[in-house]
Amino acid sequence: MLLKASQAFKIVPRIAYGSRHVATVAERSEHVANYLTQITHQNSQKFRGRVNEGIATGDMVSSLNQESSTAGSTLNGKRPIYLDAQATTPVDPRVLDYMLPLYTGEYGNPHSKTHLYGWETESLVEKAREHVAALINADPKEIIFTSGATESNNMSIKGVAKFYGSRKKHIITSEIEHKCVIDTARQLQNEGFEVTYLPVNKDGRIDLEQLEAAIRPDTALVSIMYVNNEIGITQDVDEIGRICRKHKVFFHTDSAQAFGKIPIDVNKSNIDLMSISGHKIYGPMGVGACFVRRRPRVRLEPLMNGGGQERGLRSGTLPAPSIVGFGEAARIAKAEMAYDHAHITRLSDKLVASLLSIPETVVNGDRKYCIPGCVNISFAYVEGESLLMALRDIALSSGSACTSASLEPSYVLRALGADDALAHSSIRFGISRFTTSEEIDFVINTVKGKVEHLRNLSPLWEMVQEGIDISKIEWSHH
Amino acid sequence: MSSMSGETLILYRNLLRAAAKFSSYNFRNYAFRRIRDDFVANKAVSDPEKLKELLTNSRNQLDILRRQGTISQMYASPELVVEKI
Repeated sequence: MLLKASQAFKIVPRIAYGSRHVATVAERSEHVANYLTQITHQNSQKFRGRVNEGIATGDMVSSLNQESSTAGSTLNGKRPIYLDAQATTPVDPRVLDYMLPLYTGEYGNPHSKTHLYGWETESLVEKAREHVAALINADPKEIIFTSGATESNNMSIKGVAKFYGSRKKHIITSEIEHKCVIDTARQLQNEGFEVTYLPVNKDGRIDLEQLEAAIRPDTALVSIMYVNNEIGITQDVDEIGRICRKHKVFFHTDSAQAFGKIPIDVNKSNIDLMSISGHKIYGPMGVGACFVRRRPRVRLEPLMNGGGQERGLRSGTLPAPSIVGFGEAARIAKAEMAYDHAHITRLSDKLVASLLSIPETVVNGDRKYCIPGCVNISFAYVEGESLLMALRDIALSSGSACTSASLEPSYVLRALGADDALAHSSIRFGISRFTTSEEIDFVINTVKGKVEHLRNLSPLWEMVQEGIDISKIEWSHH
Repeated sequence: MSSMSGETLILYRNLLRAAAKFSSYNFRNYAFRRIRDDFVANKAVSDPEKLKELLTNSRNQLDILRRQGTISQMYASPELVVEKI
């Protein structure tokens, strides 16, 4: 039961039916199974058996090879190029080198005060805290280690709301926040808080006048993300911070995508709370931090109660190996920010220029305000999921990893005012410090070929080529 | 790299050799680029203190590269589609 090329690449005129072809769960898992079978078959002698459990038949491989020749896949047991740096980044070998001693010999609990094992891990954890603090010009005492940016966002928003909730019942955020901020805000709405979701303009930035007008005497918190995870747009954080300070409202920013990539100064920008993630800066998953300002003091109701670790704001034993890796990743990010930025900018400029030379292609978000590592492009008259299936040589996403299983078009792109068709056909290219220019060349050539191939199959594209205005067509309804 | 002294040149070559051991395409190429750019950027350094610091740092990086290169080989993944056979 193999996926036929014609099924995978079928384009349904969305405008006509209001629905689209998306790979079903069965198709997806079959695709993965096929891929794993290829690898297993070709590399069983060479590589460990971790990927092949439960899947291995020669039949599948031979029929897959037939199929891949028709679909033009070049995988043949190889791994795709990784171009999804906003979802996660590979762990830097230098980071892993720092973490390994904690998994082999230095396994003490950093909170144990009575022996060497505890002392040495504690000193490593404190060193990591200094590195994280230095990257945002904060005091190490203001860094609270958490499990990641989602926890930090929850902790900041719920923490402030609940602590000041008796007097202040209003929160301001934006429409393009990460799901964990929006969902937290929804949760608070259920508990009786009022939330204002600020819209963004077509470039992807919020209107500062609208923000100022939305602030009320009972506003407790403004939460606006530093860099958006889908389109890479940077908000005017300095100005937002100034407005919040003027009105004595706490300012929280989700900087999971900004931390380590662009210079951040929490004092200059008047940031009171900031969420940080470890695995977006070549560190390990499952660790992050929350910056909580001490002067003027921000008070939070903790999510976790217990042993009183982390100034009582986040009880629980710290995952010392992950934190040490996170700290080293932050140190490297600070030391090499300019170097990495130059490399990533060079690659992304080339990628954007080449892909925009394809007709009917638009880049989402004003590149002037976007971080270079995140490039979001919509290919009109091509269905995003079909393109992703065709581009199996490249690990890409059409948006956030958290929503990549959902069929609805990106709410971020819709907030930007993109019509549903363009929102459906968007692809996010995430470039990291480990991306090579050879990979970018490969991506450019492959995307160009596949977009052309898919458009040639599309009756809509044919109509557009004939000069028919698609938006004027009256489709019959059944 | 003709301007490098004997010791620096040996270190430079050892670093590149250690980088070549990485089975991961991305890490290997990053290490090549990083080593070359680093040595080119510091080509003109003549201050003995600064030079000593750079050499010590490079020696530490060499140790890391050797350890991680070995790990990369032990837990190798299949090649990427861009790699030449």
